[in-house]
Amino acid sequence: MDLNRKLAILADAAKYDASCASSGTHKRDSVGGRGIGSTEGAGICHSYAPDGRCISLLKILLTNYCVYDCLYCINRVSSNVDRARFRIDEVVQLTLDFYRRNCIEGLFLSSGIIRSPDYTMERVVEVARVLREEHDFRGYIHLKTIPEASEELLARAGRYADRLSINVELPTSESLRVLAPEKDGQAIRRSMARLRIHIDDAKAAATPTVATSQPRVAPKRARAPRFAPAGQSTQMIVGADASDDRSILTTSATLYGAYRLKRVYYSAFSPIPDAARGLPLAAPPLVREHRLYQADWLMRFYGFAHDEIVGASDGMLALDIDPKLAWALAHREKFPVDLNRAPREMLLRVPGLGVTSVKRLLDTRRIRTLRVDDLSRLKVPLKNVLPFITVPGAARNGLDDANLAARLRPQPRQLSLFDLPVGHG
Amino acid sequence: MADIAPQVVHLAGEDDVPGFRAAARRLLAQGIAPGRIGWHVAGAAEGDLFATEAPAPEAPTELGAVLKLPAFFVSLCNRTALHADPARFGLLYRLAWRLLREPGLRHDLLDPDRMQAEQMARVVRRDMHKMTAFVRFRPLAAPTDDGWGITHVAWFEPGHHIVEATAPFFARRFAQMPWAILTPERSARWNGQQLAFGPGAQKSDAPPADANERLWLTYYANIFNPARLKLAMMHKEMPRRYWKNLPEAVLIQPLTALSAQRSGQMLEQAATEPAHRRPAASIALRLDQRPEVVEAPGTLAALRQATERCRACPIGQFATQAVHGEGPVNAPLMLVGEQPGDQEDLRGRPFVGPAGQLLDRALAQLGLPRAALYLTNAVKHFKFEPRGQRRIHKTAAQQEAAACLDWLEHEIALVRPGAAVALGSTAARALLGRPVAVASERGQWLQRADGLRVLVTLHPAALLRMDSRDFDAAFAAWLDDLRRAADPQYL
Repeated sequence: MDLNRKLAILADAAKYDASCASSGTHKRDSVGGRGIGSTEGAGICHSYAPDGRCISLLKILLTNYCVYDCLYCINRVSSNVDRARFRIDEVVQLTLDFYRRNCIEGLFLSSGIIRSPDYTMERVVEVARVLREEHDFRGYIHLKTIPEASEELLARAGRYADRLSINVELPTSESLRVLAPEKDGQAIRRSMARLRIHIDDAKAAATPTVATSQPRVAPKRARAPRFAPAGQSTQMIVGADASDDRSILTTSATLYGAYRLKRVYYSAFSPIPDAARGLPLAAPPLVREHRLYQADWLMRFYGFAHDEIVGASDGMLALDIDPKLAWALAHREKFPVDLNRAPREMLLRVPGLGVTSVKRLLDTRRIRTLRVDDLSRLKVPLKNVLPFITVPGAARNGLDDANLAARLRPQPRQLSLFDLPVGHG
Repeated sequence: MADIAPQVVHLAGEDDVPGFRAAARRLLAQGIAPGRIGWHVAGAAEGDLFATEAPAPEAPTELGAVLKLPAFFVSLCNRTALHADPARFGLLYRLAWRLLREPGLRHDLLDPDRMQAEQMARVVRRDMHKMTAFVRFRPLAAPTDDGWGITHVAWFEPGHHIVEATAPFFARRFAQMPWAILTPERSARWNGQQLAFGPGAQKSDAPPADANERLWLTYYANIFNPARLKLAMMHKEMPRRYWKNLPEAVLIQPLTALSAQRSGQMLEQAATEPAHRRPAASIALRLDQRPEVVEAPGTLAALRQATERCRACPIGQFATQAVHGEGPVNAPLMLVGEQPGDQEDLRGRPFVGPAGQLLDRALAQLGLPRAALYLTNAVKHFKFEPRGQRRIHKTAAQQEAAACLDWLEHEIALVRPGAAVALGSTAARALLGRPVAVASERGQWLQRADGLRVLVTLHPAALLRMDSRDFDAAFAAWLDDLRRAADPQYL
């Protein structure tokens, strides 16, 4: 099979993994090296596909042969898709060629399970080793980790990769048992725990020790053992099982707390060619996915606890309004807040105010009184913000109006903001 | 000052930031008001014919020190000055002028002039970022013979005057790959040692597509998921004006057109019969077909397997793993804690976190080898509340602790320890079957109905929570309790 055909098959097989991040690793470049590559903290999205997703990494599978039979997966053993397998040097050359063209930040390599978890993981790690050691490649590498692989392979993967990830796949162990019978939720969590220990240890070793005995000698900083400096992430499929949003957010909060994940990605279950029976053959729940990401942000940056975001008795986030607005409407007794006095925690809960806007408001109000014109210049959505605050220059807020929710709900026409798929709206 | 003739400042080029800064410092020091200055860029259209020429810039250092502009203004200048808007120099000068005269302005993030300048800086930074993203190098058939040995060339059309500011990124990234980036206004090249800039070029000066570019197009077409079209998002992040120099952009229209059709087909298509039989290997991997217990029953290993699966209470489903006891059968002492903590949960071993380290310190002082003892917990799974990147320990509810009692009793029956130490009230209650006030019953030997002797003392975590002034005395008292438990005459 020619390389072009292999690439088509193995890119197609990889597209259901949402992560394409290339950020968060340590700064480095290729000056003084033998090869090419750099990372500068923030990631770079080199292109965008019409599905709105960023293309930052060459995201491919080493092979889409797989002995597992996960119902939601296009590569499951019982699927009729075309199969292919890259040679190690083919992946290496593709990565370097795309990188030289400045099409990518690096490689995101995953694989179907062939023969055994260890055999597969070893091939994946070998690609990264060749890139790093033989070509002195200093771009970004993200490796998908196979939870059942040995401790030693995991440790090697962490030496070459910027980021490691293990997909929890589904929000609950029970769903995993039904839809991915070969996958072991316990093994997945144990592997994430191992990764966190490795990452913590590497960070601790990188912290300079304070030399107290010889005050004039600078503390000696041992070269930190490198281990996945961009941390670990995971992905959960949304809409393939019956889990509600509340339990999804509980699982996310647990994963963030327990394993210090950089990101939990939510992937709306997408209808796949040659779908397994017994799975929803519906359009992917893109708005739901979007709401879960918004809720995830509320947990990570806005000080919301996982168990206060979903208010509805059915355990689901509202689809027609964003979760922060929904929370504010349900907690009107906490509003309006005084824009010139409210603490940061409360300003962050005002619908329409983001982290950056809040910072600017806080900085500026130290030296003068904020007025409504300041909000207009910040370009925050006044319609959403004003009912929940008091500020000089603005009229009474109408917080108690019975039709406030209706007024703030985006008109159906505006649903195009969420970019529903054409023909499935 | 109204009768002073307008002054014109000549800048060497659109991105002559040092020239602007030097002139601005001089004019500010002379007190020339913003409205009296014209900013003229070499090569741009002629300015005010009647203006007097501003004198050549003097040595700026001393003036700069006197003027005391805030640090943020300097970095703002470096970016805003690269904006394509001809009004940018006037805006920056006015802002500097006002910063020197209005003390509150440096803290006023919402001032209109300041917000406009910052907005321009953001636009420039975004354009620079998009340049790092959207420059596409094409390989030359052979390296250039101009002494630079260029192997890769790109044609790019930036929206602002950013080529010199962005080129160092490509030098750092492609240190060992000689390249040239051509744009209408400036060109940059790099030979692995040296970065140089020259005049603008034309698109036809860059090489056409090579054969391997096809692979990139193949990748682009296949990583796209037709079931989730989000065109607005794509347009926002990859504005149309960049498309003409992105080879993959030719695919956008056809992929979009096919999208609805392709995902519709997927939805309509019935699931097919699996063509391949499930390989035998896969069956062996199925969890529900793995043997339940492979270890001989009645051993600690079997107990471990059974505990792992326990869902008698809800805390097990959120923990990483059950944390089992550790130590030899017939150990003289069994130490029972409350429940695993964060580190124990991650590592699957009891007493390896901060409390465990304090216990180790106590055992070392008493000369008790940890390996000779049996260490376990009353509750086998970690109960916690997630809070951001941490897990906050929560004491197991009585019902949850009660659900775990059987596991502890099985352990006691299999280990048959000489005596037990209950560390904290949860352990004391689990071992003695009644609520225990640790403060009043600590340090004495109590006896269970089955004859096992139990000594109650504090949990090491309680010592860690103490005020540091009380710690030394509390630690000494705790050691006394543990010393009594370790006294050979009782073991």
